[in-house]
Amino acid sequence: MPTFGASQGDSTSSRSVFHLWQGFSVLAAIIGGLVVALVVWAALRYRRRGDAIPAQYQYHIPLELLYTIVPILIVFGLFAATLVVENKELANPKTSVTIDVNAFQWGWKFSYPGTPVVVVGQTTQAPTMVMPSDTNVHINLTSTDVVHGFYVKAFNFSRYALPGVLNQFTIRAVKTGTFFGQCTQLCGLYHSLMFFHVKVVTPAQYQTWLSQNSSNAAVAAAAQSAQSQQSATYVPAKTTLSSGVK
Amino acid sequence: MTEVLDRPVETPDHGHEQHHGPTGILKWLTTTDHKIIGLSYTVTSVMMLVIGGAFAELIRAQLTTPNGTLVSLAQYNELFTMHGSVMIYLFAGPFAFGGLANIIVPIQIGAPDMAFPRLNALSYWLYLMGSITMLSGFFTAGGAANFGWVGYAPLSSSINTPGAGADLWIGGLLLTGFSAIFTGVNLCATIFYLRAPGMTMFRMPIFTWNMLVTAILILLAFPVLTAGLIMLYADRHFGTHIYSVAGGGVPVLWQHIFWFWGHPEVYILALPFFGMATEIIPVFSKKPVFGYKGMIFATLSIAALSLGVWAHHMFTTGVVLLPFFSIMSLLIAVPTGIKIFNWIGTMWRGQIWFSTAMLMAIGFLLTFLIGGLTGIYLASPPLDFFTHDTYFVIAHFHSVVMALVLAGMGGLYYWGPKVTGYLLNERIGKIQFWFLFIGTQVFTLPLYLLGLRGMPRRMAVYPHDPQWKFLNDLSTVGAVLIGVSTLLFVVNIIVSWKKYPAGDNPWDGHTLEWFTTSPPPHHNFYRLPQIRSERPTWDHNHPEHKAVPHGKHAEVTP
Repeated sequence: MPTFGASQGDSTSSRSVFHLWQGFSVLAAIIGGLVVALVVWAALRYRRRGDAIPAQYQYHIPLELLYTIVPILIVFGLFAATLVVENKELANPKTSVTIDVNAFQWGWKFSYPGTPVVVVGQTTQAPTMVMPSDTNVHINLTSTDVVHGFYVKAFNFSRYALPGVLNQFTIRAVKTGTFFGQCTQLCGLYHSLMFFHVKVVTPAQYQTWLSQNSSNAAVAAAAQSAQSQQSATYVPAKTTLSSGVK
Repeated sequence: MTEVLDRPVETPDHGHEQHHGPTGILKWLTTTDHKIIGLSYTVTSVMMLVIGGAFAELIRAQLTTPNGTLVSLAQYNELFTMHGSVMIYLFAGPFAFGGLANIIVPIQIGAPDMAFPRLNALSYWLYLMGSITMLSGFFTAGGAANFGWVGYAPLSSSINTPGAGADLWIGGLLLTGFSAIFTGVNLCATIFYLRAPGMTMFRMPIFTWNMLVTAILILLAFPVLTAGLIMLYADRHFGTHIYSVAGGGVPVLWQHIFWFWGHPEVYILALPFFGMATEIIPVFSKKPVFGYKGMIFATLSIAALSLGVWAHHMFTTGVVLLPFFSIMSLLIAVPTGIKIFNWIGTMWRGQIWFSTAMLMAIGFLLTFLIGGLTGIYLASPPLDFFTHDTYFVIAHFHSVVMALVLAGMGGLYYWGPKVTGYLLNERIGKIQFWFLFIGTQVFTLPLYLLGLRGMPRRMAVYPHDPQWKFLNDLSTVGAVLIGVSTLLFVVNIIVSWKKYPAGDNPWDGHTLEWFTTSPPPHHNFYRLPQIRSERPTWDHNHPEHKAVPHGKHAEVTP
């Protein structure tokens, strides 16, 4: 089946979302194609050929009922498919891995509860969230200041980070690799540069990474000091803009 | 031998009326004539379209390179905020319900003026002052508002966005909001109380019907926005904590209030333009509107549903009931589909005259089809999580609003001659149409793909993915074509200035505005025809070609 411009992504949910996308797109293509064909046919076939006044038809009740009832049935079909995917995507299965994600102007902090590991980075520093593959990873998403958007294209998923609200969801990545993420909800001056990465590693690599960094006090300390700079006084150097992201 | 008049005069009071009053600028400043106020609205709002369009061209120019340096990050935030604000608050709504509706609705129902002429004048002056207030943000030290046209709390708080630009945005929006509310009151009163004898509700033209429904939606939605804005201002200046977490407030409350206004607002913008298309398509197909009553019920159900779908803008907040807002949003596709099939049914077996107005209406139909179909995706929460705040959403609503621009241009070509007495050049008009129609598709279609490839909205730069450049450039080409079409419209006005007299009824129109003179006299009519259907002028001119009632088709089929 054609992709209709989307990609299947790298998590279990992203794949069901992709299939939903395909289903919607097939229907949209059929209905859109039908309507365009009718409009073009009507425009060409019934263009003016003289001054005769055509028959002044105004109603055709069975036809009107047809194009009222059929769309209602289609809509409920789409709604049913939506519910199936939505319930799967928003299910909250038991999990052993939890990551606290905190968004702030203009960066991200990823902390791993139960360990001292904290990763913080601002704008084009693009901090990396490390997570294990083939594992349900529970994300606790918060914001310290304004509304931000946690968006990872590879997961076909986004969620607002709202001040005063704890947003929770689960991601199960099916492939290892490094994926790009960024803030999608306008959050002020450096919104365009509020980047992060998601690095999906094997569960074994994840454990190694976690224990290495837990013992590395320097990492935690550095993270703490970076965290204390969170206030709006931080201004990235002009050069970060042109140097871009590795 | 008495003087021969070019039309019979049946109401001497009005027939011989000479309106004595000021002329020139004093007339403009003091008038309560709905046609002059409507014209002022139209001219002002088209100027806003040009200003908002200029912002759009700057945005597109900035995005032609991944590290655009045409404007700074701060200026970019101001640009897209004011582009959206000008287009939504100062162009689309006022153009429709302040401009064309103000001029056309009283004439379509055979009324001499709006029900409250002085309130009508107040509406215009509030709108003008509101527009100037909002735009004057650019002349303040901190620049214009820069928190997006939706002004999400707490980004719009005094801590995150200090400065006068934000306050001027709030003030300007309050003023134009009141102007809209007063126009809503006026349209309701006019349509309910000033219809000519014989003009029953189910004989009103679809445009008037749509304006009535729009006016009711304005009365339901705008006061909510007004309240929300006053609370935002109080948070900023009076130390309340309605939207701030620190003081026990709820930031997401702003989103609820804003979108409780904002989604009906989508239909407040769209319904008038649906109405324009529904006037143009039958006249140039030489047929009555197909499914007239179905059309009205579709409009009513769109309006009813539109009040229960606001949180589909908030699916990704994680704090709304997804299935309810999903099914309500999906259901809007049904009445919208009815309208589309009714428009096709109107063209079916007609004699279609491809005037500029008709081309614009067909262009509207096809462009709106794209915007409507992509809207169905966004009603499904999983697909919304996927595309929210990406260019897919931008592409979706630009397909919709560009469709409205096409319909609005059609409205100007269709009704312009009635207001001015002169036609526009059809040849330039058709060239303008092709620029506008092709430009719209070249502008929006790449944006859908950009969104699917992960480009978020409101990005001044995109250094991490230079591959987005090609699609952005393509979209910019489309935006330039749209810009050219706007220039062609201005050229057309200059070239056609008082050149092609229109006569009273240049298009063989159906409704009452085509029965009176072009431009209409001070109180619109010297006389009225019998009103026995929703097409009184047509019935008068073609008494042997009345609409065929349902069930009688067999008797007239040749």
